[in-house]
Amino acid sequence: MTTALSIKDLRKVYSNGFEALKGISFDVQEGDFFALLGPNGAGKSTTLGIVSSLVNKTSGQVEVFGYNLDSQADKAKCELGVVPQEFNFNMFEKVEDILVTQAGYYGIPAAEAKQRSEFYLRKLGLWDKRDEPSRSLSGGMKRRLMIARALVHQPRLLILDEPTAGVDIELRRSMWEFLQELNASGTTIILTTHYLEEAESLCRNIGIIDRGVIVKNSSMRDLLQQLNTETFILDISPSQSQCPVLEDYAVTIQGGNTLQVDVEKSQGMNRLFSQLSEQGIEVTSMRNKSNRLEELFVSLVDKTLPEKAKAGENNE
Amino acid sequence: MSNKQLFIAFWTLLVKEVRRFTRIWAQTLLPPAITMTLYFIIFGNLIGSRIGEMGGFDYMQFIVPGLIMMSVITNSYSNVVSSFYSTKFQRHIEELLVSPTPNWIILAGYVLGGSVRGLLVGLIVTTLSLFFTDLHIHNFWVITSVVFLTAILFSLGGFINAVFANSFDHISIIPTFVLTPLTYLGGVFYSINLLPDFWQGVSKLNPILYMVNTFRYGILGVSDINIGLAYAMIIGVIVVLFSYSMYLLNTGKGIRQ
Repeated sequence: MTTALSIKDLRKVYSNGFEALKGISFDVQEGDFFALLGPNGAGKSTTLGIVSSLVNKTSGQVEVFGYNLDSQADKAKCELGVVPQEFNFNMFEKVEDILVTQAGYYGIPAAEAKQRSEFYLRKLGLWDKRDEPSRSLSGGMKRRLMIARALVHQPRLLILDEPTAGVDIELRRSMWEFLQELNASGTTIILTTHYLEEAESLCRNIGIIDRGVIVKNSSMRDLLQQLNTETFILDISPSQSQCPVLEDYAVTIQGGNTLQVDVEKSQGMNRLFSQLSEQGIEVTSMRNKSNRLEELFVSLVDKTLPEKAKAGENNE
Repeated sequence: MSNKQLFIAFWTLLVKEVRRFTRIWAQTLLPPAITMTLYFIIFGNLIGSRIGEMGGFDYMQFIVPGLIMMSVITNSYSNVVSSFYSTKFQRHIEELLVSPTPNWIILAGYVLGGSVRGLLVGLIVTTLSLFFTDLHIHNFWVITSVVFLTAILFSLGGFINAVFANSFDHISIIPTFVLTPLTYLGGVFYSINLLPDFWQGVSKLNPILYMVNTFRYGILGVSDINIGLAYAMIIGVIVVLFSYSMYLLNTGKGIRQ
């Protein structure tokens, strides 16, 4: 399988001496839907900035579909589309002009650029706004405009830096559908997001970065299997004045009608429900306390990092 | 990128730049027309009629080439400095940086865009001047070459200013405190032969003097300086500014972190 993005020993030290990336390496395979996660300041945007040629690297290698970003920059850039975190188009230009101009920067003739612009503007529900100045668009429309602009030269690798930040739920869902459709048609997608349920539902592989070090790089399935204990919130009836005693389960009561129960993977849920039923307690609804990926994310970032960070420093 | 793709990228950028300054024509094309018309009326007609001849020509004829050149210089510079700084400020420079457009095409697009505005304003001012005086063409090739080279030179200057600018104040400091004084002292309104020897020597350190006088030579056939030396100086400065601009772009100064 072709490697869509290959990053080797990538390091970035800013002029103030801050080491944002400590020699990270990872690959993203063609056709993948890859999540690059990490807390604020972890190095996600720096990594994507270097791949996008917006940030100068200190050392290391980046290849896009086998094209080296230093020696074959034009070929590498043609394979890459970038949707940045912040709006970065000319607010005074018309929507269609933004796309046609961007296509021109890739050497696409005007007639073809207009056809492609129409296709993507229609696809993303912006065709009716084509003659409007971009500043008049709503926040969600501006996000979609940036996606259309990133696709107008038809890249094989699309990078999205927090594309759904500040977007309402309905629009977020429609963007997810669009991205899944795009991925199914063969476009490799790399996504950064703070919405972990978004990463869990969309992405097949995941890299977690913190303090300039990759602390986890695996498939989403393998990662989620590492989760040994899940915490569930149970809404119960009737109301309880004391926490019920449940053998082998760690239970706390949160108000008379809500229980929080830690369930290990080996335990299963049947015995939990049986014991509650025996005590005359009915479970009216149940949900995870937090997203499964979120639990893993927090544990990885909080616990694993200090040793990894040291290891990263030692490797340099 | 193939040559055809490079040309498309260049043309796209040039068209975008021209579209920008024509969209805001009331800020870019109208003010120099009004300002220069006032110069023609006040300095050329009212004051000039009392001054008499300058360099063997009536005063209006003498200042017209300088005023045309002043418009070209100011507008070429201000177009690139404001456009490129805005591009940085609004971050849509990133549209170019992520694309395969090479740095020399980026530079060429902005510089030619600025030059087009400078030349267009120069043409407007020339047309207006015809309402006040007759213009003769002494050497067409000198006129066209020097005005084009001057537009390129000051567009490059504007580009470098924009790269270093971190605020809107920074894009007005050079035009206000450097460009305007040099232009006024660059022989637009007087022949340096009127000055004492010492100040003539000082004036010859002003690069704008060479451009104004070469352009005036192309129209009137008179100049305070050697035309060959002027061309050498202008082309030399263009080479230095172009090289420095490319260095700034290649290292990402002011545009890449």
